[in-house]
Amino acid sequence: MSRPVARSFREAAFFLGVAIFVILSAFPFYWMVITAFKQNSDLYNIANTPFWFNESPTLEHIKYLFEETLFARWLLNSLIIGICVTAITLVTAVPAGYSLARMTSRRGEALGIFIFLTYLVPPTLLFLPLSRIIAELGLQNSMWSLVLVYPTFTIPFCSWLLMGFFKALPVEIEEAAIVDGCSLFGAFIKMAVPLSIPAILTVVIFTFTLTLQEFVYALTFVSSSDQKPITLGVSTDLIRGDVFFWGEIMAGALIAAVPVAIAYNLFLDRFIAGITGGAVK
Amino acid sequence: MAVIAEPVAKPVSRFHFILDRRGVFEAILVAPAIIYVLLLVGLPLLLAVYYSLSAYTIYNPTWKFVGLANFEQILQDPTFFDTLRNTFVFTFGSQLLGLVLGKFGAFLLLRPFPGRKIVRALIILPFAVPVALATIAWQWMFDSLYSVINWTLIAAGILTREDAPNWLGNPYLAMLCIVVINAWRFFPFAIVIFLAGITAVPQDVIDAATVDGAGFWRRNYQIILPMILPIVAIGLIFGIVFTFTDLSIVFLLTMGGPGGATSVLGFAGFQTGIVSGDVAHGAAISLFMLPVLLVVVIFMLRFIRRREI
Repeated sequence: MSRPVARSFREAAFFLGVAIFVILSAFPFYWMVITAFKQNSDLYNIANTPFWFNESPTLEHIKYLFEETLFARWLLNSLIIGICVTAITLVTAVPAGYSLARMTSRRGEALGIFIFLTYLVPPTLLFLPLSRIIAELGLQNSMWSLVLVYPTFTIPFCSWLLMGFFKALPVEIEEAAIVDGCSLFGAFIKMAVPLSIPAILTVVIFTFTLTLQEFVYALTFVSSSDQKPITLGVSTDLIRGDVFFWGEIMAGALIAAVPVAIAYNLFLDRFIAGITGGAVK
Repeated sequence: MAVIAEPVAKPVSRFHFILDRRGVFEAILVAPAIIYVLLLVGLPLLLAVYYSLSAYTIYNPTWKFVGLANFEQILQDPTFFDTLRNTFVFTFGSQLLGLVLGKFGAFLLLRPFPGRKIVRALIILPFAVPVALATIAWQWMFDSLYSVINWTLIAAGILTREDAPNWLGNPYLAMLCIVVINAWRFFPFAIVIFLAGITAVPQDVIDAATVDGAGFWRRNYQIILPMILPIVAIGLIFGIVFTFTDLSIVFLLTMGGPGGATSVLGFAGFQTGIVSGDVAHGAAISLFMLPVLLVVVIFMLRFIRRREI
């Protein structure tokens, strides 16, 4: 084989590989889109090509979602849960991250690793005792139970993420503020926090998407339809007996997934930096 | 003439004396986070251990201590070992598949080409979409009658409609399905982890190796791979921990079926502890995850620490 031929052969193989990967990753997502806008008669006809619209696309499923199901309510629930959890996370994780970053002793390092490790304690180990605790507090079957529980994984994750950020922030800035008459707390609030706005924004996005993605706690603690967050509502409530409302389910999944997908794509590098912490040097 | 601002004398607040001591200040800032996780992670963890040693059920909430009786009963149940085996197959099968796909994918994305940003965004999708929602999309793709996978295989002439597989109805295929879905969910994460690691390897190290005559494979497996191992290890911790303890894919896709073929620890704990209300046995089943998690975490932490020095 002559050189240019071999070269273009390699190019073709490369792009074929890329194409396979793209199809592999994105196909289920494409499948949501197609199903969400297909008419039922098109969807349930085995003779039709499943990959494209054989009949004209329709907004029927999305209309049904908003008019006949609690979909709007689930969206609202998820929004409220997300906002409350984000608020709790910020109030606790920003000071914690800062403090961990500025601790010079080995105790600080140990504390940081401890917080990080709690992120690895799985919900499936904790849901039983937590469901008892929630029942004791009278929060069973209420979305407020999720507001209480979700910070257990957002706080460790965000503290760790912020710790990395604050470590990169020169300590001299705060020292200068202290020389100018700020208290330690003043230096933290007036200097470190404003400078960490980009990191705080990342934390907000991630807290929000983590609460949107969570499934196990929601499944365990919430069973009334009107209290469900969106992920749980879409995946459990649009099924009547044996009948799956596929058009509606996929439309709902799509609406819930798109914002998360966008947020992840924008903030992925920070996310990776957050969980790998000190591993890359 | 330069004007130098007079330092303004600030009124000294009562809290200054306490808050200006560095150690105290740091402790106060970190306290809320620590207290939160101690109360809602540490305490429930201890409670889980206690439940597993008690006779607690939802219908008969008692704190009666029964020792290791729950564990003995679980170990006498033959289906429990199936559950345990399923959990390992599910975890390590999907991690292995995910790592292989991740390595290949990272290799492809390393080279700049037009449209790489869009390709990257599309490849990240499985990791970004909430797993519960992705799982029901897959369930629709595996549907016994309307499966798009079967449709394609039939249209390509590989299968006939009569012998088209019922993906979620066959024990082996159902296990394959949950492994594939989980590998699908984690491989973008593996790609990004590999990419982050590889781009952190200094170019001059690679150049030096090339000059010294190291070929493509040598460079890859003797230089780059050992250097990125710590970060790959961290990725693996997450993959293993989240997969080993996950129940959402199984819950939504197969309900542990057919005939218990895809029941995993998390799911079994949920069925026993929440659905059947037998909290004590449910907690005991869940606790079987703990030793594995501890081993994984300790192993990885030691590994990371050693590599860093």
